[in-house]
Amino acid sequence: MPTHTFVLNGQQVTVDVEDDVRLLWVLRDILGVTGPKYGCGLGVCQACTSHVNGKAFNPCCTPVGDLQPTDQVTTIEGLPATVGQDLHPMQQAWLDMDVPQCGYCQPGQIMAAVAKVLQARAAGHQLGDADFDEIRNICRCGTYHRIREAISSAQTKF
Amino acid sequence: MSTEIEQPTGVSRRRFLGYVLAASTLTVAADLGAGATPAAAAVPGVPEPADLYDLNDMLTDATLATANLITITMNADGTASFALPRAEVGQGITTSTAMLIAEELDLPLSKVRVSLADARPELVFNQLTGGSNTTISTWTPVRVAAATAKQRLLEAAATELGVPLSALSALQGVITAPDGRSLGYAELAVSAASLTNLQVSVTLKAASAFTVIGTPQNRIDALDAVTGRKQFAMDVQVAGAMPAMICRPPTINGTVVSVQNQAAVQAMPGITDVAVVSTGVAVRGRTFGQCIDAVRALQVTWGPGSEDAATDASVLAELRAAENPLVVPPLPLLTEAIDARFTFHFASNSALETNCAVADVQAGSATIWASVKSPITAQEEIAAKLGLPVSAVTVHVTQGGGSFGRKLFHDAALEAAEVSQAMGKPVRLMWHRTDDFRHGRVHPMSISRVRATYSLGQVLTLDQRHTSVATEFGHGLGEIITASAAKLPVGGLTFSETIFTLTQQTPYNFGVTTQLLTEVDNGFHTGSMRNIYSPNVRCAQELVVDQLAAAMNQDPYRFRRGFLKDPRAVAVLDKVAQAGNWGRTMAPGTAQGIAIHAEYHGFVAVLVEIDCTPATVNRQIPDAVTGPRVTKAVCAVDVGLAVNPTGLQAQMMGGIMDGIAVTLTSSLHLADGVFQEGSWDNYFYTRQWNTPPELDIYVMPPTTGTPGGAGELAVAGAMAAVACAYGRATGTMPTTFPINHDAPLAFTPLPTVPPVPQSPTDGLGRAY
Repeated sequence: MPTHTFVLNGQQVTVDVEDDVRLLWVLRDILGVTGPKYGCGLGVCQACTSHVNGKAFNPCCTPVGDLQPTDQVTTIEGLPATVGQDLHPMQQAWLDMDVPQCGYCQPGQIMAAVAKVLQARAAGHQLGDADFDEIRNICRCGTYHRIREAISSAQTKF
Repeated sequence: MSTEIEQPTGVSRRRFLGYVLAASTLTVAADLGAGATPAAAAVPGVPEPADLYDLNDMLTDATLATANLITITMNADGTASFALPRAEVGQGITTSTAMLIAEELDLPLSKVRVSLADARPELVFNQLTGGSNTTISTWTPVRVAAATAKQRLLEAAATELGVPLSALSALQGVITAPDGRSLGYAELAVSAASLTNLQVSVTLKAASAFTVIGTPQNRIDALDAVTGRKQFAMDVQVAGAMPAMICRPPTINGTVVSVQNQAAVQAMPGITDVAVVSTGVAVRGRTFGQCIDAVRALQVTWGPGSEDAATDASVLAELRAAENPLVVPPLPLLTEAIDARFTFHFASNSALETNCAVADVQAGSATIWASVKSPITAQEEIAAKLGLPVSAVTVHVTQGGGSFGRKLFHDAALEAAEVSQAMGKPVRLMWHRTDDFRHGRVHPMSISRVRATYSLGQVLTLDQRHTSVATEFGHGLGEIITASAAKLPVGGLTFSETIFTLTQQTPYNFGVTTQLLTEVDNGFHTGSMRNIYSPNVRCAQELVVDQLAAAMNQDPYRFRRGFLKDPRAVAVLDKVAQAGNWGRTMAPGTAQGIAIHAEYHGFVAVLVEIDCTPATVNRQIPDAVTGPRVTKAVCAVDVGLAVNPTGLQAQMMGGIMDGIAVTLTSSLHLADGVFQEGSWDNYFYTRQWNTPPELDIYVMPPTTGTPGGAGELAVAGAMAAVACAYGRATGTMPTTFPINHDAPLAFTPLPTVPPVPQSPTDGLGRAY
């Protein structure tokens, strides 16, 4: 069975699994990292959103064989360490606004929000309606308004 | 049987019986039926059954039949623990319950631990989470248990400190004597314990003394949620419980005739087992990804399903044929009528967490982990399916990733148990998203005919005939209805008719009012969706109210105000009209809409502004439905007493998003016995681009002093307000919901064979 090595939340990990198994299942079913959630397996709902080398991506659509040994995968579990704090400012904003309801989509929402802020910052602007329209993460509890408030409040804090 | 003590001598109505149970640390209990009071008839005019005695009265009264206890344990570390016999699926009941305990126990909220109880068959009817009933039914018993604990702690402190109990004060988990000496609850947890069971009388705090109840509090599980630590069913680690999925039929309820390549699929990478079960072909493997591969590789000959010829049009024809005629009594001359008929298409209550459960079935026992709102029924049905006694089946209730009615049923738990038994191994069974839409339970298609007559400024009659594909209630509510039948003011009705009658109210004084339900066609997997019948029934009514107002040359807000029965309804309506600046001048193609809804002992009013201009309707977003945009929503809610205003606002926000979805964008399209939708880019629930940029939610001050239901209340009001606004913006009353249902499909349907799509491989390429 092929071996795959990558960096997960700052630690190098190696797994034995077929090349085409999507990273979401490697994380959840083999490595026991359950922050990224399954919501569709189609790159639609965005519940599994995590970061690869600082960019948001869907592990459900990424064959583990596509990763290089130096690729840095960050899940919600590893997000606080990227800023050297117990909680990332985006997570703190989520708490301040009491965003979660059932909470199932929230790891993916937060990971998407962080990437979206960084993307807007790189393009030299603050998040506006057009950027919110590009956030495709489903929240079936309908917490969208508080998500917007939390992102807006956190975007200058990291 | 109520344990409330009401004595003619005028002893306080707030005195209740609690129990101290024999245990090593202080353990107290209360009867879960404590505090329910008979429904009171206080509504003038011609009351409908739901005005007098509604679904929540029935759910609460049903709990009186059980004398079983809920217990709070004081731990030696100073925390209090309580296993709530309800399901937390996002509605915030663990937080609100912790608040009730913190209040009566005078313990900081952060020191209260609320978990979810396993299935407890001895509770009989009292472990069903539905009808927005949790806080209504647990409001008194949870506080009685907490008050019992505090009284016991005070007694123990009085002994240890050698001062009279009346001289002690309890604050934030510390009991203090007049001389300044103090003891923490942690120090008293053991000495306050009892060697024998005791029954004691306790007094509950007066509302004026509340310091926690009614204050805005954040969720007790929020930190776990935002760090990814919150544990849902699929996150539970059970030894040997490997992923499992089902290869499902191409049409609803299709059956397996034969499998051509079982051995070949069993030899695929990672796959350990393949077994035919009652709902399809089950596969078990190392990863869900490999299970998806196996499901797609299976070659199965399928037998017919239960609805193979059915389409939206055929079901609609069936509903029209079954519709009961309207019978309006002879009316005075000059009486005029509004007559309308509405169609509400199939909708999905699929949560973001798909149906799932962990099952470990051994020779003489079974253990299940799942988010189920009716765990006793689940336990009974699983035991029957496995051929085990009920006592051999343990059902652990996990945190749920949304429900919206879906988790009233336990389809995945039953399936996981069957699969585990068939394979002789533990399984972690999860439905694929595509299956969750196509084979999961649906909100039934319905039509609603409404006829209102009016003359000389009065509405004389309002008749509504609601005709629906049957809604399944076989999840425990049925047992409650059976048990409560003798008390119901509505004899001789089916379960569904009873639910309909107990939930549907007309909040207006519209003379002679009748509302009847007729059901057809039991071939679909149906279930309640958040707010059950109300969004459709009340949306139809409120659209007719707008028509009546127009016909009588009145403003929609003032017209409603003039006919509302209850001052609480008037108050929330006034609030949104004032806060939302009702009647302000709107640009062409945009409009306001306003509506009211009463249910769960509560009232909600919603005012929205909608933009139906071409520039907005035609916004282009990939793989999305944009369409008319609700640009602003203003909501006012009165639930009698809001235990947690922050949580109540959250429930209103979610209900408004649901109301927007079912009015404008989200439905299932039925063709040839299968629903076409298979992903969230097919089923258009509200997304960021549909979300109102402006949203204001006002929680009204306490009115009744006791909490009503919150989780579902907003959906009907929001749906009606959006529909009314759309009608006013376009000049045409909408009659089909969602309004885009008959437009060409906004997606290409996924194939039905294989039943689930393969995951894409372009994840890195789409990183942003």
